[in-house]
Amino acid sequence: MQVTSALRDPLVTGGKTVKDVSHDISRQVEGKPTRLWWMAMAISLALLLWGAYACAMLLWHGIGMWGLNKTVGWAWDITNFVWWVGIGHAGTLISAILLLFRQRWRMSINRAAEAMTIFAVICAASFPAFHMGRLWLGFYWALPLPNAFGSLWVNFNSPLLWDVFAISTYFTVSLVFWYLGLIPDFAVIRDRAVVQGNNIRAQVYNALSFGWQGGAKTWMRYESVALILAGLSTPLVLSVHTIVSMDFATSVIPGWHTTIFPPYFVAGAIFSGFAMVLTLLLVTRKVFHLEDYITIGHVELMNIIIIVTGSIVGIAYITELFIAWYSGVEYEGYAFYNRVSGPYAWAYWSMMTCNVVSPQLFWIKKIRTSLVATFVLSIVVNIGMWFERFVIIVTSLHRDYIPSSWTMFYPTWYDIGQYVFTFGIFFTAFFLFAKFFPVINMAEVKSIIRSTSEKA
Amino acid sequence: MDADKHFVVGIFDDEDVLLKGIKKVRNSGVKIQEVYSPFPVHGIDDALGYKKSRLPIAAFMFGMTGTSLALLMQIWMLGYDWPMIIGGKNFASLPPFIPVTFELTVLLSALGMVGTFMIVSDMKPYKWPRQFDIRSTDDKHVMAIDLAVNAGKSKDELSRILKDSGASEVNEKSFD
Repeated sequence: MQVTSALRDPLVTGGKTVKDVSHDISRQVEGKPTRLWWMAMAISLALLLWGAYACAMLLWHGIGMWGLNKTVGWAWDITNFVWWVGIGHAGTLISAILLLFRQRWRMSINRAAEAMTIFAVICAASFPAFHMGRLWLGFYWALPLPNAFGSLWVNFNSPLLWDVFAISTYFTVSLVFWYLGLIPDFAVIRDRAVVQGNNIRAQVYNALSFGWQGGAKTWMRYESVALILAGLSTPLVLSVHTIVSMDFATSVIPGWHTTIFPPYFVAGAIFSGFAMVLTLLLVTRKVFHLEDYITIGHVELMNIIIIVTGSIVGIAYITELFIAWYSGVEYEGYAFYNRVSGPYAWAYWSMMTCNVVSPQLFWIKKIRTSLVATFVLSIVVNIGMWFERFVIIVTSLHRDYIPSSWTMFYPTWYDIGQYVFTFGIFFTAFFLFAKFFPVINMAEVKSIIRSTSEKA
Repeated sequence: MDADKHFVVGIFDDEDVLLKGIKKVRNSGVKIQEVYSPFPVHGIDDALGYKKSRLPIAAFMFGMTGTSLALLMQIWMLGYDWPMIIGGKNFASLPPFIPVTFELTVLLSALGMVGTFMIVSDMKPYKWPRQFDIRSTDDKHVMAIDLAVNAGKSKDELSRILKDSGASEVNEKSFD
């Protein structure tokens, strides 16, 4: 039975009916792409091409093309990897954790956020894959297969191998979860295509929907599967960034060797992920006229999550500084003194401004309900989170234990090119998704329309 | 499947009417083939008398398979097949094996459960479903009643029961 609350604001505005939902969301899949979409696609493909050139050079000549040196053996590659994995986390938080907490506002944003997760994880995975030099052998080396040098196995004590398992499981489970949600919506498009007499589209979307029919028994099983997947994804998403942080935390490098890393990385991941969800959704809602589905209320709730996670990240930064001093460990103390006031101080203070100061502006209601301010701040947060990873990685490495090997890191065009490549993949995939797949979960929105629409 | 070829199909506009309607139809001794909805309707499984899904059990079993396989693999590879001294640690110690064990538990549980769901729900990309009413994915709830199963009742009687139970339309549908 539906429960109508007099206290809550409607989640979907504009007095939509169930039929309107099918129409509004399917329309953009059925129509011809707009000029705006072609323009966006052209820019994404240009980025992809430029990046593909850089990646081809990296494969041909090897990763010596990167700006790494003997002291700084990890820089943009791993920074970008952690950044992209982190961005992916918001999708799972919205679709799994908010499902367990019965937060129904997630229903109009979970589809796009999960798509973002999947594309972000693909982008992230490309960095370690390229780092292995021979991309085509990398997958073979990373899996527990007896290799060509004898029956030597992979090292299960290494966090880098845990990463392989964590990221590939995370990718697979997110993909399955996302696709499961798409199945009933593909069936909506199929049946509309039958009515419109478009046979090819009907066949394609029927295959995509696995012949979905929507019987009560199937729905019952479907809901139980979705709930368990959410239950599995919740610890999974927390484990992924925990394991990513262990790449650093299990080392003996001052600045990396800290037990605060797992929760601090997970909070940072959700923080940057929500920022990216906002950047993408504000554009999507405008381009596809989804203002009634992705309302200011949604934007405001996401901004509140940004305040919470941004503040957790801020506390983590301050804790790190405090412990560096309080521990009395000379090396740890120096690593942080160098971060705050050394040659990379500009990166540290950019990170502090973008991640700790700027999200606090969302305490002001006018700012967190303003689309322009949200859009600008969401980009600022993403820049800040990129700097966070850069600061952790490069400033901890560039001042070695031996002062004679102290150095700086300068990216080459190939570092930049590969980063651009991942943007190309990400935006191309996202725009293709936004055109050919329903960007809002129709079935879920329909199930709440009676109790939360203005008409009721 | 020869028996179910001729159906009486009731269309419902609203989920609350549908839930009451299902009870009324079942109380008048009619067996419902299935109800098709554009979205999951809460309480419909109870109204139709469906038993709880056993998919959670499948998920648990697949998960346990993942846990066991992951532990066996790691202990065998690093403990017995090719022991390596890594930082002077034990060859097979549990703590570093936890992450991979956890990931494989989740992976097998998720894939196994979704695979089971696809099989028991007979979902295949090349299958065209038997559609009782094309609007059942859009905004209507569609109740299908098999004439062969309800042989004791005539078409008119079934239509009348459906109308009395709140159906906005009653149609007939045959498949060949």
